[in-house]
Amino acid sequence: MESLIEKIKSGYLWDFPGGVHPPERKELSNYQTISHLALPEKLYVTVKQHIGQAAHLLVKVGDKVKAGQALSQVQGPMELPVHAPSSGEVVEIKSHPIAHASGLETETIVIQTDGLDNWIDKQPVANYLELSKVEIVDKLKAAGIAGLGGAAFPTYVKHNNSQPVDVLIINGVECEPYITADDRLMQEYAAEIICGIEIFTHLLKPKMVVIAIENNKPAAIAAMEQACEGKTQFIVRAIPTKYPAGGEKQLIQVITGKEVPSGGIPSDIGVVTQNVGTAYAAYKAIVHGEPLIERVVTVTGEQVSQPGNYWIKLGTPVEFILAQTGYQAAKPEHLIMGGPMMGFNIPNKQVPVSKITNCILAPSNQELPLPEDEQNCIRCGYCVDACPANLLPQQLYWHTKAKEHDKAQEYKLADCIECGACAYVCPSEIPLVQYYRIAKAEIKAERIEHEKAEKAKERFNARNERLEKEKQARLDKHKQAAEARKAAMEKDQGAKDKVAEALARVQAKKQQAASGDNSKADNSKSDTKSAAQAAIERAKARKAAQEAEKAQATNAEQTASAEQAEAPPAAENDAKAKAKAAIERAKARKAAKAAEKAQTADTEQTASAEQSEAAIPAENDAKAKAKAAIERAKARKAAQAAEKAQATDTEQTASAEQAEAVPAAENDAKAKAKAAIERAKARKAAQAAEKLAQESTEQTETSSQPANEQSDKDARIKAAIAKAKAKRKQLGEDQ
Amino acid sequence: MSFRVASSPHNHVKNKTSRVMMLVALACVPGILTQVWYFGYGSLIQILLAVTTAIAAEALCLQQRNYPVVKRLKDNSALLTGLLLGISLPPLAPWWIAVIGSLFAIVIAKQVYGGLGQNIFNPAMAGYVVLLVSFPLSMTLWLPPLTLVEYDISFVDTLMLIFTGYSETGYSLAQLRVDLDGFTMATPLDTIKTGLSNQQTFSELSQIKVFSEQLGIGWTAVNVAYLCGGLILIFLKVINWRIPVAFLTSLFIFSWVCHVASPDGAATASLHLLSGATMFGAFFILTDPVSASTTPRGKIIFAVLVGLLVFFIRQYGGYPDAIAFAVLLANMCVPLIDYYTKPRVYGHTTR
Repeated sequence: MESLIEKIKSGYLWDFPGGVHPPERKELSNYQTISHLALPEKLYVTVKQHIGQAAHLLVKVGDKVKAGQALSQVQGPMELPVHAPSSGEVVEIKSHPIAHASGLETETIVIQTDGLDNWIDKQPVANYLELSKVEIVDKLKAAGIAGLGGAAFPTYVKHNNSQPVDVLIINGVECEPYITADDRLMQEYAAEIICGIEIFTHLLKPKMVVIAIENNKPAAIAAMEQACEGKTQFIVRAIPTKYPAGGEKQLIQVITGKEVPSGGIPSDIGVVTQNVGTAYAAYKAIVHGEPLIERVVTVTGEQVSQPGNYWIKLGTPVEFILAQTGYQAAKPEHLIMGGPMMGFNIPNKQVPVSKITNCILAPSNQELPLPEDEQNCIRCGYCVDACPANLLPQQLYWHTKAKEHDKAQEYKLADCIECGACAYVCPSEIPLVQYYRIAKAEIKAERIEHEKAEKAKERFNARNERLEKEKQARLDKHKQAAEARKAAMEKDQGAKDKVAEALARVQAKKQQAASGDNSKADNSKSDTKSAAQAAIERAKARKAAQEAEKAQATNAEQTASAEQAEAPPAAENDAKAKAKAAIERAKARKAAKAAEKAQTADTEQTASAEQSEAAIPAENDAKAKAKAAIERAKARKAAQAAEKAQATDTEQTASAEQAEAVPAAENDAKAKAKAAIERAKARKAAQAAEKLAQESTEQTETSSQPANEQSDKDARIKAAIAKAKAKRKQLGEDQ
Repeated sequence: MSFRVASSPHNHVKNKTSRVMMLVALACVPGILTQVWYFGYGSLIQILLAVTTAIAAEALCLQQRNYPVVKRLKDNSALLTGLLLGISLPPLAPWWIAVIGSLFAIVIAKQVYGGLGQNIFNPAMAGYVVLLVSFPLSMTLWLPPLTLVEYDISFVDTLMLIFTGYSETGYSLAQLRVDLDGFTMATPLDTIKTGLSNQQTFSELSQIKVFSEQLGIGWTAVNVAYLCGGLILIFLKVINWRIPVAFLTSLFIFSWVCHVASPDGAATASLHLLSGATMFGAFFILTDPVSASTTPRGKIIFAVLVGLLVFFIRQYGGYPDAIAFAVLLANMCVPLIDYYTKPRVYGHTTR
């Protein structure tokens, strides 16, 4: 760093690539001293005149204001207040055209001036060295000081930085053609500018200060050199005239040979730049206590008869300025705010002067002719030679024109400073910068859109995760409940189980041998045996439950209840009927097993099916039964087919099952058949419903339990025997 | 009251495409005049034919593509293409050579690709190569410098040779090329190519009439004239210095090294630089903005590649001159060259 400073001190200058030499036309306006214009009747103070956010309004319509009175107040970062440029009354707060390329309207405070120009009580600081850094920065902020070179970046932000500063560059380059505001300011207010710079050096403590001025302003260079005499830390450096040498990045390159990293700020490489106008404004704010309410504006172009530089109050409409400088409208009317290279057209004359306004240019159609039609790019590469950022403007043009934004970004579109050098030299008159601006805006919009989409995706994922967690929690709860029930059951039965099991086996064998024809009524009467049967039943239930558990935890209770439900049908003592019922049950179970493989939820339905089956044998009409059986088979078939399809909700299952009982009570076979069909439908519904929610289990359980209670012991025994047989058969088949 | 609203910048350099094209065409004038001085009026007639055909073809294409014909023709690009092709043709080639070449250059090589700025290949050279490949005989019958021709060829003779194939006095082009000793005179590069393949040495060959002090008579002057025109273009910043300088440097280095290594088997570097279409190619053909590389480093790579190809084709290939082939081959590489020669952008540490 020391060697770099030595090199800068030795007078060495670097160069930046590219650059152009448009006609300067500065002689139009740089001979007259800066003068004042009359006070307009109305001032249109735009609330936001800088880069950043608008500050918060302090005034309302009807308020009397004095010159220098703050109209808005800073509450957040990157905010900057505006001040009343003169005394008067706030007559309106409305949307008004602003000094911006967009030509949009934003909030503007309209002040009716009283012509007295009464000031608020200024608070000048005789010796700012006594103030702390924070106090000075606060004063700069409160005075609304922004970069007056054209970008209006809040000055206080540059001084809030804690990074060490090696070089403070004061930008007096003014490379834009036509503009002479800084030139005249340096010639006439050199001492004040130096004082402003000293305030900056007091804040930044740079190792050196370079005041850079293009060598086409000898008078300004002389004036500044004179004002710097005796200040060894200050160097006035004349730099070669080449547009855009006054661009912050290019100026840093010319003075220090360093480049600001892409996406970074100058202080990253130990450099801070300030415009000479800003230095003057800082001097006024600190030493005189005057906030930023006026600035020097160059009014020039062949359509004004009195071109020159004027002190203009911020908020003065362009129309008022032009009226006092002998403006003759060209046809079509052509007004530029700023210079011909980077300035923007204003679409009407109501636009007020703001902190960014360094020039109002009213050119004739001869000096700045209308652009001709855009022609084909001939890849001449003149733009490549002109680009100060070393970009490939024609590649950027192809990709931005084709809306290939990823490609444009690959060619570093974001590093374009929009200086206009490429479009200036283009022989095909392609408005290159316009293409870049549009692409930049679109890329920005895309990025915002993308960020929104990302956030939405995040939210969606979070929601899914939460739902999944809740589902898992419910499943766990059910599983625990099932296990608790199982444990309770095991506790009740204890040692009897094994005996019961053995007895059941014997019974089952006998039953099988008898093949259902022999009445087992005698067996059923004995108490002990019935107890044993009950045990067997439980054991089976358990077995079934275990099996079901493998598939899904929820099944266990369903199976249990299902088998319990089987009991009531056997209640009647009709042997034939029982036998048939048994066969049918066996079939039902078979079907159930098949169904289980397909979907675990089936058990419950099987249960209900069997329940209904039980009701049927209660009647002594064999034919009817046969019919019913066929219908049931059909129904089952339909149910299986239906499994593949979808249906609605759990409640239907419950109601369907209740409904089944009614038709069964009546002795009408047809009704039963109908019931069977209904059941099939109900089953269909139930299956789909189960996929949606697990709650059904509990309902089924409660509905089947009352049936269980009603059954008498005989029935139970018979049923158990039949079941045992069926199981056997099943087992045999399985093996 | 209407206001003008446009995007910045609001001023433009007064350097339109039409002006650029016209300046390039004007810079050809010294070379054309020298060519006429040494090789007769043929070149003028070829240029006229080629330019007329090119403009007519361009107009037809623009009309078919629903573009404003007159406005687009004013960009002078078709004029320049025709001019460059006309300059390249043998002065006494039959009239249809220029017509076919121009038609191909404009219709196929330029408009089919999308018109101005869209063509991959240099249109003039694409047209030239099509002619060279399709009509090799007509394309290689260059008349020797007039000072060496036995007969006076008047403007009428030239016209008749071009349109009928025979001069007023009934001589064909082939007869005109034969000297008193019955020896057919060719261009210096052609002579060297044929001679070296017949096991003659370079010093023997340079004794032949078409040479003087080891340089081709007439051709040296023509090359110097195009060099002057090219330097004017560089001075006016119409063309970038990189391509001509890199091309001439690379051709010089390759031919010089080869001549030093084998003085008998290779022509001198000065003959390479001042014969054939070297200077014309360096300043007027390679610098065609549309088909050349666009990046600063890419331009150098492109030009060095052309130099290398020219040297190799002249030295080892089947054609005496090679600007057209070399340029077309290098044109193919341009997208790749451009992609890999992106400059380092301000504020970035890598390319």
